[in-house]
Amino acid sequence: MGRGKNNVLPGFTPALGYTIFYLSLIVLIPLSALFFKTATLTWGDFVAAVTAPRVLASYRVTFGASLAAAVINGFFGVLVAWVLVRYRFPGKKLIDALVDLPFALPTAVAGITLASIYSQNGWLGRYLEPRGIKVAFTPLGIAVAMVFIGLPFVVRTVQPVLEELDQEIEEAASCLGANRWQTFRRVLLPTMLPAILTGFALSFARAVGEYGSIIFIAGNMPMVSEITPLLIITKLEQYDYAGATAIATVMLVVSFFMLLCINLLQKWSRCFAE
Amino acid sequence: MSIEIEGISKSFGTFAALKNVSLKVPSGELVALLGPSGSGKTSLLRIIAGLESPDSGRILFDGEEATKRQVQERQVGFVFQHYALFRHMTVFDNIAFGLTVKPKKSRPGKAEIRDKVHNLLKLIQLENLADRYPAQLSGGQRQRVALARALAVEPQVLLLDEPFGALDAKVRLELRRWLRRLHDEIHVTSVFVTHDQEEALEVADRIVVMNEGRIEQEGTPSEVYDRPATPFVYDFLGSVNLFHGRVHEGTAQMAGLDLSSPENASAQHAPAVGYVRSHDIAIERDGNGSGAIKAEVRYLLSVGPLVRVDLVLSGSDRTIEAELPRDEADRLQLQVGEQVYARPRKMRVFVEDYQI
Amino acid sequence: MVGNGLHKKERKGATVTEPAWVRWLLISVALAFLALFLVLPLAAVFTQALEKGWEAYLAALTEPDTISAIRLTLITAAVCVPLNLFFGIVAAWAIAKFSFPGKSFLITLIDLPFSVSPVVSGLIYVLIFGLQGWLGPRLQEHDIKIIFAVPGIILATIFVTFPFIARELIPLMEAQGREEEEAALTLGASGLQTFLRVTFPNIKWGILYGVILCNARAMGEFGAVSVVSGHVRGSTNTIPLQVEILYNEYSYAAAFAVASLLALLALVTLAVKTVSEWKMQQTITAAETER
Repeated sequence: MGRGKNNVLPGFTPALGYTIFYLSLIVLIPLSALFFKTATLTWGDFVAAVTAPRVLASYRVTFGASLAAAVINGFFGVLVAWVLVRYRFPGKKLIDALVDLPFALPTAVAGITLASIYSQNGWLGRYLEPRGIKVAFTPLGIAVAMVFIGLPFVVRTVQPVLEELDQEIEEAASCLGANRWQTFRRVLLPTMLPAILTGFALSFARAVGEYGSIIFIAGNMPMVSEITPLLIITKLEQYDYAGATAIATVMLVVSFFMLLCINLLQKWSRCFAE
Repeated sequence: MSIEIEGISKSFGTFAALKNVSLKVPSGELVALLGPSGSGKTSLLRIIAGLESPDSGRILFDGEEATKRQVQERQVGFVFQHYALFRHMTVFDNIAFGLTVKPKKSRPGKAEIRDKVHNLLKLIQLENLADRYPAQLSGGQRQRVALARALAVEPQVLLLDEPFGALDAKVRLELRRWLRRLHDEIHVTSVFVTHDQEEALEVADRIVVMNEGRIEQEGTPSEVYDRPATPFVYDFLGSVNLFHGRVHEGTAQMAGLDLSSPENASAQHAPAVGYVRSHDIAIERDGNGSGAIKAEVRYLLSVGPLVRVDLVLSGSDRTIEAELPRDEADRLQLQVGEQVYARPRKMRVFVEDYQI
Repeated sequence: MVGNGLHKKERKGATVTEPAWVRWLLISVALAFLALFLVLPLAAVFTQALEKGWEAYLAALTEPDTISAIRLTLITAAVCVPLNLFFGIVAAWAIAKFSFPGKSFLITLIDLPFSVSPVVSGLIYVLIFGLQGWLGPRLQEHDIKIIFAVPGIILATIFVTFPFIARELIPLMEAQGREEEEAALTLGASGLQTFLRVTFPNIKWGILYGVILCNARAMGEFGAVSVVSGHVRGSTNTIPLQVEILYNEYSYAAAFAVASLLALLALVTLAVKTVSEWKMQQTITAAETER
């Protein structure tokens, strides 16, 4: 579309200038503060801060639960997207709109609600706990909250791909003698795979950084159910700025890495797009 | 208003879209820029409009330097390939837009705008569609609205980018005749871009044939069609057969024939290419006299009023293509596989280093 | 980052499909999952909010600390949304209507706040403006308080809601191309006239979509705001922080009453989002049929 910089539409220089100015002021300079602060630590201090046993335990909880939640979302997200795109049933439009609820519902609200549903006397907790399934105040609860906030990512990345899929592809496959399952396994799934992985990665990335919806249901027991973002806040409250900064840097590096993966995945999925 | 283009060059990155192009468009003429895609014709049109700025060279409107003028000040009417109608405005508002954005001082009153738009709607024969939105119109109707919108501001120059490119064959034919008649009525200097030679030949007063950022030839439709200046022009306008041979002091030897080629009188044993239009090849049953080539009929195809005949030259596997009127073909009763004689009625010979 | 449903179209007449029992099984499983994870929590908010009756509900909402939390939340959104709206329009104009080197890198940078943990987003402002931070001591000399005060809350909220509107407008404006603007210019319109009369009507639903999502996040942000707020009741508490305090004090009904406000906001957001998505889809389809 673009035909070089010598475009007759007005305002390019001020618009780009303001974009870069505001971006630097709000995002880039504040983020760089984190790295400058980290740079004041010695390497030894940094390593000690980010590898203390309690910190390592929080990584295990955070990344483990995020991974589990992303897997669950990967499966159910594809199922929901499939059902919403392929089938007709009453209330479909409403449910389609409702899928975005976790985007729109403030995390603190989600947090207290999930905690109360799964607590001992809650709507679900009262049936689960007698059977020995404890959700609230355990790592399982953390994963439940992460499933909630990550669900729309998978649905909303897979859905458009499924919508764009040409019916003829499936018709071709069935003309060639493939049964429904073979068509899904060999034709549809590979086409959806980049989108599924992108959704998986987005959901994982969101879960790793999530705070509000988790802390109410997590129980926050050090070494058992304490997530890394909470640990940053705990350190801040103890005025351990260096420790908080060091852990935050690790989180930020993980975020950047995830962002890179997601960008690569999206580039890959564009290979299949027309 | 006349347009003069002086030594315009333009590159997009490493791609040279226009290479030192100069051209004069006399006032009141309808000129076609004809060429394949990538020949630079659209870039040239956009530079005239001020939508693109040239790397070097000048544009003069009526002898006045206009290169640095902003697009708003050039007073050109531009009709976009995909019309670029404002989709949130009705047909009426689209046409009125140019009048309503004029500075307060020169802006016409509401009633005046209404009259003007209605006159234009009458001109494009869409008077009863004033309240429709672009999405509710057919392609041909959109095209006419785009034209009316451009004309509303009484432009000095009308520029049209592939004006009929997005329409189906029948509408295209109607609309280009209508455009020709319209131009005869309003006589605004107009330039349109097309890759369709028929369109250019039928509509334009003058044709500018472009290729790879250069002008190959300019002239009236008959000049360009009957006396192509370069092999490219020959090739681009109409279907054509190529013969390879030599030319020496005004005589060309091609496919075993001796042909006179007075324009190459100075050539000395030069390799040459001969061009013959398909409809300039006559087919005869018996090869009386010289100037005919023995050939075998390979394939026959009726295309409307014409019959296309593929011929294989004897003693080689070269194929040439001839086009005969239907009645001529019926008279000959040609059969696939039989021997005939092909006689080039007109051949244009170019010395080989002209070759593209 | 996430498809906003610009390309939805109904599939018609699918002849190749699954047997009915498979279809209904899949639909049932999907709906059961959504009911468990989406509908149940939504129902729980309102049920628990009204557990002690309407009077207790209204009393919880009109309690002075809650009123002041609502006021602060409204102020925060009123500052953040316009700033990010202006940025979003300007950035989308530069990025979608022009081509220049480094464009996709710039888009990635604009997306950054999406991928940063809310807690880290709050922390970076503490590192700059906090007492231990770069500017902290100097600010203290002049008695300017940013961290544990309203400006910090606003800054952190601007950061987390930064990409929302730009993110919506860039693909929308790219899909619409430049021809309409060029046409307006050839007809003599000025730059401002072109934007107001041609560009803006085409993106207004996209703007609404971005604004409503940006607003929802601005009003509901918890993690980042929690780090910079200092939780001073009646002065630096936003609605989500007020919910947390009430909940931690075991006033569950009151916590859910306040939370129900945010849940209502979420429902309104979803409704407006769905409508504007539908409208945007219409403008895109109109653009496509013109090609």
